[in-house]
Amino acid sequence: MGLPSRKNCGACHFYGGGTDGVKHGDLDSSLFSPNKKLDVHMAVNGPNFSCTACHTNVNHHMAGRYSSDPAPVIHKLAMPKDYGNRISCESCHSSSPHKDSKLNDHTDKVACQTCHIPRYARGGVYTKMWWDWSTAGRFDENGKMIVKRAANGTIAYHTKKGDMRWAKDVKPDYAWYNGKMDYLSLADSFDDSKPVSLNRLEGSYDDPKARIFPFKIYLGKQVYDPARKTLVIPKLFGKKGSGAYWAEYDWNKAVAAGMREAGEPYSGKIGFVETKMFWPITHMVAPKEESLTCDECHSRNGRLAALAGFYLPGRDKSDWLDTLGWIMILLTLAGTIIHAAIRMASRNKQKKEQIK
Amino acid sequence: MKMKIQMYARFERFWHWLQAFLIIVLLITGFEIHGVLKLLGFAKAHQVHIFCGWSLIILGVFAIFWHATTGEWKQYVPTLENLDKIARYYVCDIFKGEPHPHCKTREQKLNPLQRLAYLALKIFILPLQLLSGLWYYYYNQWPAMGLSGNLETAALVHTAAAFMVLAFLVIHTYLSTTGGTLFSYIKAMITGWEEVED
Ligand code: HEC
Ligand code: HEC
Ligand code: HEC
Ligand code: HEC
Ligand code: HEC
Repeated sequence: MGLPSRKNCGACHFYGGGTDGVKHGDLDSSLFSPNKKLDVHMAVNGPNFSCTACHTNVNHHMAGRYSSDPAPVIHKLAMPKDYGNRISCESCHSSSPHKDSKLNDHTDKVACQTCHIPRYARGGVYTKMWWDWSTAGRFDENGKMIVKRAANGTIAYHTKKGDMRWAKDVKPDYAWYNGKMDYLSLADSFDDSKPVSLNRLEGSYDDPKARIFPFKIYLGKQVYDPARKTLVIPKLFGKKGSGAYWAEYDWNKAVAAGMREAGEPYSGKIGFVETKMFWPITHMVAPKEESLTCDECHSRNGRLAALAGFYLPGRDKSDWLDTLGWIMILLTLAGTIIHAAIRMASRNKQKKEQIK
Repeated sequence: MKMKIQMYARFERFWHWLQAFLIIVLLITGFEIHGVLKLLGFAKAHQVHIFCGWSLIILGVFAIFWHATTGEWKQYVPTLENLDKIARYYVCDIFKGEPHPHCKTREQKLNPLQRLAYLALKIFILPLQLLSGLWYYYYNQWPAMGLSGNLETAALVHTAAAFMVLAFLVIHTYLSTTGGTLFSYIKAMITGWEEVED
């Protein structure tokens, strides 16, 4: 059994979203008593860290929230207590923990988590990747709720929740991130012609505080206000007659009730919009042997293939330079081959003449 | 009359072949880092590339020292004299089986065309390759050194220089077969002894 602290904290944090591992891809019940392969820090056969070894807390103003005040990054060997309530990998390891100096050269642009968490949800627990609310509310011919399971045993459809997809042992997505994240609020309107980001990451290549960071991208479809182009809050729980979705299965009533209770304006129209949300991946640090190899990033179609705006050796090249270069090489090769051919031909001719 | 003389000193041959080996390995691993080849994997390619790069720099220091102390650097002093004859030889006379217009001696190893080509390699292409390589290698130290610029520029200059070295290598290798027999120049560069006109 794991430390009491992991049990306590996990009781809430492993079940965020209702079920085990739903939201976070890196916090689920497999971390109650993980082995070293799953998490080198919390491993029961390793350092057996409690959550609070890293999250030194002050009244649940926990260190480690991705917020408008990111953790300090540049420093040598220090402990979390030295940084108030913000922690980072560097708090314990410094930003140059490797013997190989080229790896240390990376830590100003690539987060530790990117190389050290090659995949998330590795403990056997599935995490939810897609949640389509728009298909909820179907009943079978007897008026009973429908629950369908996918081949891997996860729930694929539930009358109360709609369609969903789950996955385990997933390769993260990557984005520039400086530790600050903005959330879309009810007041923000958005472009509904493409998937809406429920949270927006700050940071870019030119931002010295930003690193390439791993994320779980959680996709879905949820109800919104197509006239105002804003999010809405549906009322889910309640008695019949209250408008609650899980009592009457009518989105119009649920949204009307939800928005009335929240005291927020809405147009009276509803629709469904695709959404996406970035969940940072920071737990489940794998043993060092499983860190990303150079080729995972430094190749034409590596993990960072989609991350534009900077030069990455092995992935990028200049098309015109390479074209010109190879044309020059082909011309020199052709030149030497032609020269050699004429030399051979004329030598044969001379030989024949000598024989004559 | 033909006679055999020692054309290349022991150090010169050692330098030539080690340099050739290092440059070929650098080209192969460099093009792998550039994403053109897949042989060793990025990690090994990068490691070998850096090792050979430093080795070439050290060898270069010794070679410069050797050239300076023996006075052999004079071999590369450029001249335009007879350049036209040499050029005519390679595009025309060579096919007629005529003798090489340059009279190769211990003191005049290089014909005027070679002087120009090797000088360009030594004072332009290789230094460009070396400096862009160091610039690239120390990318992470730029801010501390007060330098600026971007990685892409360093990488592209380094790649452009690599194409020039590769082109040089192709022509150089081909011309090494234009001696008395196909391999006579190469043999001379291995043994040091070369047959020349008296
Ligand atoms: C009673 C349920 C509960 C327990 C137990 C619990 N948490 Fe939390 N925790 C929450 C909630 C709710 C949030 C806010 C979540 C959000 O904003 O998304 C939160 C937020 C956090 C955050 C983000 C920091 C912040 O300020 O928003 C961290 C880190 C955290 N908890 C760690 C822990 C640790 C470590 C423990 C065990 C010592 C623990 N939690 C125990 C419910 C709990
Ligand atoms: C090895 C150190 C370490 C341990 C052990 C650890 N965490 Fe974290 N945790 C971090 C770091 C680092 C962050 C990101 C901090 C930042 O960038 O601000 C983080 C972030 C978080 C967050 C907020 C980020 C999010 O994903 O939304 C929560 C919640 C959290 N941890 C909960 C836990 C719980 C629960 C446990 C115990 C089961 C735990 N942590 C154990 C290092 C640790
Ligand atoms: C570019 C990828 C990369 C990044 C970024 C990276 N690491 Fe590593 N790390 C590796 C690899 C590969 C190894 C295994 C090889 C080695 O030990 O040098 C490793 C090994 C380690 C080790 C074990 C060292 C040992 O000698 O036992 C620690 C600790 C570590 N990393 C921590 C970190 C921390 C903390 C960060 C962020 C500051 C970080 N790493 C960033 C790739 C990376
Ligand atoms: C509270 C201090 C602390 C924090 C914060 C911390 N680590 Fe560690 N880490 C340790 C200790 C202690 C070990 C040694 C474990 C061992 O020897 O088994 C370790 C070991 C490691 C190793 C080597 C694992 C191996 O295979 O030997 C890696 C890699 C690593 N940490 C990465 C990280 C990353 C990435 C983060 C941020 C998410 C982080 N650490 C945050 C204390 C910490
Ligand atoms: C997580 C992805 C990732 C991995 C794994 C990775 N790199 Fe990189 N590497 C990058 C990024 C991103 C840059 C660009 C950094 C910049 O522009 O500052 C880079 C830049 C470089 C550069 C050029 C800049 C410099 O610092 O010299 C070299 C060389 C390099 N990496 C070598 C390696 C080697 C060797 C390995 C394996 C040991 C490796 N990388 C592993 C992402 C990665």
